[in-house]
Amino acid sequence: MKQNNYLRTGLFLTGVLAVLICLGFFWTPYSPTAMNGSEKFLGPSLRHLMGTDNFGRDIFSRVLKGAGTTAGIAFCTVAIGAVCGTAVGALTGYFGGIVDEALMRFNDVMTAFPSILLALVFISVLGPGSKYNVILALGVVFIPSFARVTRTAFASLRDVNYVKSVRLMGAGKARILLVHMLPNTAQILLPAITIGFNNAVLAEASMSYLGIGVTPPDASLGYMLSEAQGMFSAAPWYALGTGFTIVLLVFSVGLIGEGLQRRGKEVA
Amino acid sequence: MEELVLSVQHVTSGYYSGGFLRRGTYQEVLHDVTFEVRHGEILGLVGESGTGKSTLAKTILGMVKPDKGQVIHYTKRPQMVFQDPYSSLNPAYTVGWILEEPLRIFGKYSAPERKRRVREMLDRVELPEECLSARPEELSGGQRQRVSIATALIQRPRFLIADEPVSALDVTIQAQILKLLKTLRNELDLSYLFISHDLNVVYQLCDRVLVMKSGRIVEQGPVEQIFDHPQAEYTRHLLAAAE
Repeated sequence: MKQNNYLRTGLFLTGVLAVLICLGFFWTPYSPTAMNGSEKFLGPSLRHLMGTDNFGRDIFSRVLKGAGTTAGIAFCTVAIGAVCGTAVGALTGYFGGIVDEALMRFNDVMTAFPSILLALVFISVLGPGSKYNVILALGVVFIPSFARVTRTAFASLRDVNYVKSVRLMGAGKARILLVHMLPNTAQILLPAITIGFNNAVLAEASMSYLGIGVTPPDASLGYMLSEAQGMFSAAPWYALGTGFTIVLLVFSVGLIGEGLQRRGKEVA
Repeated sequence: MEELVLSVQHVTSGYYSGGFLRRGTYQEVLHDVTFEVRHGEILGLVGESGTGKSTLAKTILGMVKPDKGQVIHYTKRPQMVFQDPYSSLNPAYTVGWILEEPLRIFGKYSAPERKRRVREMLDRVELPEECLSARPEELSGGQRQRVSIATALIQRPRFLIADEPVSALDVTIQAQILKLLKTLRNELDLSYLFISHDLNVVYQLCDRVLVMKSGRIVEQGPVEQIFDHPQAEYTRHLLAAAE
């Protein structure tokens, strides 16, 4: 089964990263903020896996912590986007009519703006610097894409026989939507969630890189990347280590998404 | 007078073709349809595809509102068995869960009582107990149709609409399902509206027949009368085509 190799590799890599990130919450080889004047700009070694930066801080420790922040933000963003987006998609797809038209045209307007630009607008309204504002801004920006994807799925399930028959049996609308239809949108929803997660990682990294995302003492991968830019010639391992971690995170979750999509096609 | 389960009176139904902003012409699907379903009978509804049989079923079940006339139910919650046994069972759940769901929706039975009723119904449709833990995709077409029938009957309706319930199945399986439908009618005191385009099936199963053409009922009567002494030109034409 070739397509399952995507899923298996993706799950394995993501699992390893998840363990490392969880570890980073409780323990890092060095304190990510501890400065050490005698160990500035050290290259990668067994003592410092990814070297040290201009303050002598251990980059590997910082990356562990930063990856946790980034993944956490991405996870919450996708959670907001997926839950609200699915709710909107379910209601519009199932009931149709004027509400559907209105919400979907509003959706079109939202998708017409680049998501980063839209997030910038939200951040400037909410105020920069807090990671909760970043989550909120990105989460809102992610709602339309989830709404669009799930709307199609719910609309196509609306007149399927098993839905008709539970309607005849007197099932309530909430029960029909949540119990009878939602599980059958998983094939579409799960890949969308993995893709959304990756977009959220990249969006958070871009925003922090631009300086409107996470600010110290919190450190995310994007923020660290912008920090690393200033010392690229003195400590190239900083940029490489951070960038590579972002790539690895996106790649492994992307593999899961690809695997899920291929499995969905095989079932269908 | 015999007890009725359903009375359809002068039902006319249609839709407007055309779309956004422009209201198109009125397309009549059902025209002045009047008939009754009596207690305990199997009423066949025959006609070529596109004559409005399924629309009539939907109108009876209230999925489509009639433009004129009325539908009177004398029983509670009629149920429906659909043609395609592949889309009538939720692929996300096991057969046991699917069978229990109508009882959960009904909401008056305890969990052990629901389980007991599910087993009893499974027995009635002659399926082995292993089916309970199976997913719909693991079952054959005939088995799925048995599950569909069981699901439709587990809320104990008195009236069942079957829309081409055997036309997607092999001939041997068809015969088994028809026999099952007859047995269930007798055991559970049911009445059926049996929609089909297959005259042989209707002849085997039904007590009375409605013949429908272009949204109108052209002839109705006991099955022997319709098959042996058809009055309407269209019925003769249908019978000739079936031989």
